[in-house]
Amino acid sequence: MGKTSLKGWILATATSTAALLAGSANAVEIEYWQYFYDARVEAMDTLIENFQAANPDITVTMTTFPYADYRTKVAAAIPAGEGPDVVQLFYGWLNDYVEAKLIQPLPTDMFPPEQVDADFFPMVQAMKGDGAYWALPTAVRSLALFYNERLFEEAGVDGPPATLDELVETAKKLTKVDGAGNITQVGITAGMNAQDHHWWREVLVRQFGGDPYLDDYHTVNYNDEAGLKALDFYTGLATEHKVTSFGFMDEPQAAFKAGRAGMHIDGSFRIGSLKSIRGMKWGVAELPAGPDGTQSNYSSYWVNAVTTKAEGEKYDAAVKFMDYITSDEAMQVWLEVVGELPAKPSVGMTEANANDPIFGPFIRGLAYAHTTKFANESGQRQVMMEAVERIDIEGQSVADSLKTAAEAEQKILTDYYGK
Amino acid sequence: MYRNLSIRQKQIVWAWAFLVVPVIFYSVIRFYPTGNAILISFQDWNLLGKRTWTGLDNYIKLWNDPVFWKVFKNTFVYLLLGTPVSLVISFLIAYHLDKLRFMHGFLRMLYFLPFMTSAVAMAWVWRWFYQPVPIGLFNNILASVGIPQISFLNSTTNALPAVLAPAIWAGLGFQIIIFMAGLRAIPRSYYEAAHIDGVSTWTVLWEITLPLLKPTIVFIVVFSSIGFLRIFDHVFNMTTNNPGGPLNATKPLVLMIYESAFTNFDMGYAAAQTVVLFLILLVVSLLQLRILRDS
Repeated sequence: MGKTSLKGWILATATSTAALLAGSANAVEIEYWQYFYDARVEAMDTLIENFQAANPDITVTMTTFPYADYRTKVAAAIPAGEGPDVVQLFYGWLNDYVEAKLIQPLPTDMFPPEQVDADFFPMVQAMKGDGAYWALPTAVRSLALFYNERLFEEAGVDGPPATLDELVETAKKLTKVDGAGNITQVGITAGMNAQDHHWWREVLVRQFGGDPYLDDYHTVNYNDEAGLKALDFYTGLATEHKVTSFGFMDEPQAAFKAGRAGMHIDGSFRIGSLKSIRGMKWGVAELPAGPDGTQSNYSSYWVNAVTTKAEGEKYDAAVKFMDYITSDEAMQVWLEVVGELPAKPSVGMTEANANDPIFGPFIRGLAYAHTTKFANESGQRQVMMEAVERIDIEGQSVADSLKTAAEAEQKILTDYYGK
Repeated sequence: MYRNLSIRQKQIVWAWAFLVVPVIFYSVIRFYPTGNAILISFQDWNLLGKRTWTGLDNYIKLWNDPVFWKVFKNTFVYLLLGTPVSLVISFLIAYHLDKLRFMHGFLRMLYFLPFMTSAVAMAWVWRWFYQPVPIGLFNNILASVGIPQISFLNSTTNALPAVLAPAIWAGLGFQIIIFMAGLRAIPRSYYEAAHIDGVSTWTVLWEITLPLLKPTIVFIVVFSSIGFLRIFDHVFNMTTNNPGGPLNATKPLVLMIYESAFTNFDMGYAAAQTVVLFLILLVVSLLQLRILRDS
């Protein structure tokens, strides 16, 4: 290699490096955080790709964390000036995030509150405060009854139950016991650790004529006759009708996936992982109606928000990204990949989506769904688990156990809102 | 300046020069967080918002919390069951393994393997062993011979021993190795003298082996006590559906701290519990050192 050519080569390298650096300096890079769940990551990857194609000057990097560490990482990162520009959080955490000044309101020119009110399902209005929206969901979730078609066929059951009485009858036909009376296949899964505590709170209590909470979820109100009937019905599935067993096969969804459970109540987010199981035939139905025909459902959602870390051009890019991930297109992607339901009726209630054999029951459930405002979801879930354990393991009466549960949950709420 | 120092002073300078890295490391990684935790125990902090001073509130709340006393008791049950049981078993195995020549290395490896296995993986395997019919190994065996099922984990009385068993098993390998090293360190001449005098095996064990193993026993007792007082991974992984359940029957103090901090986000309360755990560990270790070292 001659001297001149070496010089030229160095020069060329230097210029091209400079050009590369200049190029990356023009592009705005924003960071997006969510917790790790296969389907959610896959859906977000698709959305980021689409968004970057439409906005070549913006790069979005996604970081994910295990669910257990998520809140801790966000809390530590944002005040330190690190971390995300757009962050995903559970609807129940909004107050804490606003109070801690971790997120900023969405600009009213791009997200006019009246427009959002009209476009989204009504439960999203919980995200509004001080004349602006703080956060918006891409998708919402609701509950439905999953059933194993093979087991139904085998037991000679025509279709999913429409009422709670039919649920018990169907479950009886699907239950199998061995010679010693040990349950080897449950009619319906049971376990407050999964979604059953939502089913009990927002669905069963209401169906037996109660109203689980008062004062905007600040006061526990299920320690009455309706609550008693609801808990009696729920634990009766195991104690009286013997169609289920708490802790059967460790986790309710595991029993259903293994084909050892006829029916299983779960959220729309379970669709993705059930689809991947080969050789399993399953269907979805709306939650059974109560004794007087009352239908109810529970809905929850994750929202996206712009953090206080995003400033200047990053803020503009973050808002643009927010706009895209709450668009109709993004919602459809999310529905197809994650199985979570669109947050806008305009997408959810389309002919195709509302009558879809799998998504349909969930989407129809949204129309009569309630959203529990949790002060501490895992703490309040723990209360329900212990209520069942006291009855199941210690043989306490349903009434006593319910009373203890109501007091324990009220204490959690008082401690939280009393601050 | 350095030149004017005496040799003794130079030695001190060099000692500190080498010590500076670990000292800084310990201050930043150990002492600062410890001090901070004690500080937070007098504050109210949900991890996101501001810290506010609350005085002794967290400690008063702890004193009046029935769950704390349940957990306090559980922690000591883990200690009082776990330490003696693991000590006796590991000594018996080490004592006999020491005399054995046939496949000695292989057997020793078999005992040591659980110690090297990830506690999480092991806890999950045992968790499935304990399940009711149709997936639990133990209950399937019981059911196949017509014995009624036993609720291992779904029981307020059986759950704690059921969780403790794999934890003891996992720690055995380490204790056996330490015991065997201790046994090898006893001079053979004592045994030969005893042999010539025609002393029984029992007396040899009681008068020679055990007294000379005292430093080893002290080490293992202190070490395993601290381990059982801090038990967490086995409990958490075997009861993830309901951590420390059912009805707090298996919950140790460390798990309660974890839950207060990272599911209830009550950092002040968690820090207060941590300070209590720290004091328990300190007192138990000092007591054991004193009792076992005397005489």
